[in-house]
Amino acid sequence: MVPLSHYLVLSAILFGIGLFGALSRRHAISILMAIEVMFNAVNLSFIAFSRYLPQSQMQGHVFAVFVIAVAAAEAAIGLAIVLGLYRNFKTVNVDEINLMKW
Amino acid sequence: MVEMVWLVPVLPLVGVVINGLFGHKTGHGAHKVAIAATGLSAAVALVIFVQVVVGASLDRDIYTWVAAGEFAAPIGFLVDPLSSVMMLVVTVVGFLIHVYSAGYMHDDPGYPRFFTYMNLFMVSMLVLVLANNYLLMFLGWEGVGLCSYLLIGYWYEKKSASDAGKKAFVVNRIGDAGVLLAMFLIWRTFGSLKFTEVFDGIGGAKAVLMRPSVLGLTLVTVICLLLFVGATGKSAQLPLYVWLPDAMEGPTPVSALIHAATMVTAGVYMVARSAPLFNLAPTALLVVAVVGAVTAFFAATIACVQTDIKRVVAYSTISQLGYMFLGCGVGAYASAIFHLGTHAFFKALLFLGCGSVIHALSGEQDMRRMGQLKEKLPRTSRTFLWASLANAGIIPLAGFWSKDEILAATFAGHHYLLWALGSAGALMTAFYMFRLYYTVFEGKNNVDHHAAHHLHESPPVMTVPLLILGGCTLVVGWLFGFPPDHGLYHRFVGSVFEEAGTAEHAISLVLTVVLAVVATLIALAGIGLAKAWYKTGDNPAPARFAEQFRGLYTTVLNKYWVDEFYIAIFVTFGKKVCRALWGVDAGVVDGAVNGAGWLTVAISRVSALFDFRFVDGLVNRIADVIQGGSQSLRKIQTGVIQNYLLAMSVAVLLVTVIYMAMGGGR
Repeated sequence: MVPLSHYLVLSAILFGIGLFGALSRRHAISILMAIEVMFNAVNLSFIAFSRYLPQSQMQGHVFAVFVIAVAAAEAAIGLAIVLGLYRNFKTVNVDEINLMKW
Repeated sequence: MVEMVWLVPVLPLVGVVINGLFGHKTGHGAHKVAIAATGLSAAVALVIFVQVVVGASLDRDIYTWVAAGEFAAPIGFLVDPLSSVMMLVVTVVGFLIHVYSAGYMHDDPGYPRFFTYMNLFMVSMLVLVLANNYLLMFLGWEGVGLCSYLLIGYWYEKKSASDAGKKAFVVNRIGDAGVLLAMFLIWRTFGSLKFTEVFDGIGGAKAVLMRPSVLGLTLVTVICLLLFVGATGKSAQLPLYVWLPDAMEGPTPVSALIHAATMVTAGVYMVARSAPLFNLAPTALLVVAVVGAVTAFFAATIACVQTDIKRVVAYSTISQLGYMFLGCGVGAYASAIFHLGTHAFFKALLFLGCGSVIHALSGEQDMRRMGQLKEKLPRTSRTFLWASLANAGIIPLAGFWSKDEILAATFAGHHYLLWALGSAGALMTAFYMFRLYYTVFEGKNNVDHHAAHHLHESPPVMTVPLLILGGCTLVVGWLFGFPPDHGLYHRFVGSVFEEAGTAEHAISLVLTVVLAVVATLIALAGIGLAKAWYKTGDNPAPARFAEQFRGLYTTVLNKYWVDEFYIAIFVTFGKKVCRALWGVDAGVVDGAVNGAGWLTVAISRVSALFDFRFVDGLVNRIADVIQGGSQSLRKIQTGVIQNYLLAMSVAVLLVTVIYMAMGGGR
């Protein structure tokens, strides 16, 4: 049986990839996608803990379902924000959207 | 009715208020208000006078005017024979002159202003004569001085007129200072300024009054001399007479009312009112008599050579006032006041006659450009003749009785030198009056063509007052003055001065008649000389006479250079003193003030430097530090969301690492 550490390492790798994407991509939708990757890395670790920890009673599964639902809502709102940004700035490149600068 | 005496001055005051505040409305109807006010006032005065004749009198305080510590001065009126005579003369003559003014001033642009001043003058003069204390009398005294100033300078566009007004005011100030000082002394001695209290207090204060004070003179003498200084100013006596001839710059009715009939007699009235004090001061009385006689003579000489019709009459007024003071000085107060009354009538008449002539000749005042006006101005010339005869002292006209009484009293008082001066003055009086009369109304016609074209007798509004005054001039002398010293007038007014303890010099009937005859002969001689020289208008004798006594003639013609002397001594010298004092002011006083100012500025500079450098510097440094810090801190806010995200991630990682390093929660 594959040990728990394998899942956790995979989850950490995925989270790192997502974080790197969120920090390095310039396109707003790419950032959203990277965040989705981070969500799913967290989901993977939830499920893994739920399967391997002895006193677990489905809390991990429930959390994963919650995260998926929240992620769906977040994606909807995020896309709406991206659309709003595009209407105002004619671009979705986050480098060019810097009105909050000093 | 005698309690209603306050109405007499208040009625003209109503006129002042109406014409003064609503002059733009009354406009050329201003005379109606003014004449109605003075007319009613004269009517009330007449009723009160009649009541005083039958024995009424009044001394009542109406209102406490000034109250300061022990000092108190009421507004109160004193009605006795003396003040009622004055009141009657002032209101009646004043009323007639107001009527005349309506004609004389009819096309003047300042019509309401003129009548406001005239009414204000009436108010002041009536307050002066009716006051029951020195302070209220002084209020009237100053009031008439003010009105005199305003009315002399009435045509203020003319430099000479406004200068004359100022001159009158300034010269009067000198006299007023005397009156003020006298009032201080009276207050200190008697503790009151009310006539009755002062005169009743004389007995108690005799020791103090007779004590020598300044220059070895007794206190009462000092008081009287100070009062007399005021009288010489107001009544144009030597040495303060210089303002009166210049006062002729005013409109002629003003000259008649103020500078002949009423105001200038205020000094005589005050001396007569203060008779109880003067009677204690023989030295002061002698000074009054000498100044009066010398003025009478001195002014008469000047009147003989003047060529301005009004100035002749002005010098005549000064001369006649001199007779009044001569009368007071020899103790004949009643006669002096009698002369005051008769003089008011005939001198007002003379001035109004002059006004009528000037009016007829379109403003000409030089008598060398007149002549043969008798047919053209019948009423004026007739009344003028009466007034001239009265002034010259021809029996039975007004001036004879009063002037003769004064001269007789002088003679009886053994002042023979003063009597001789007065008689010489009387000779010249007759001469200059008829020089004036013959030159203007007879003699040669020297009227220029332009004026001759407009030549006309004055309208009835002017000639009727002339005729009324003329009638009074004809009548009042013998009606009230006969027999001398015992006539109606003397029985009426004499009581006031008998109570004052005046020493009357008895005079025999024979001497009275002799003196009267002498006086009449002197007057006739003067008239005869004038007739011989001026009746035909081409007699070379006057010119030859002037040639013969050239030095004397020039001196008199230039009025003894008194004005020039005063200017040189007082005006120029005064200016120099003032300039020197100004130098002290500018150098020392201003210097001290400016130095203090400079010092303050210097100290302020240092203080400002400290403020700028230290206090402001401290505040600015703090601000700079904060600003610099903020400048570097604001760079963190890049606006790039990923930077924030990175920082957050790094921070979370850091916290996690630290957490783990510290044992991971175990």
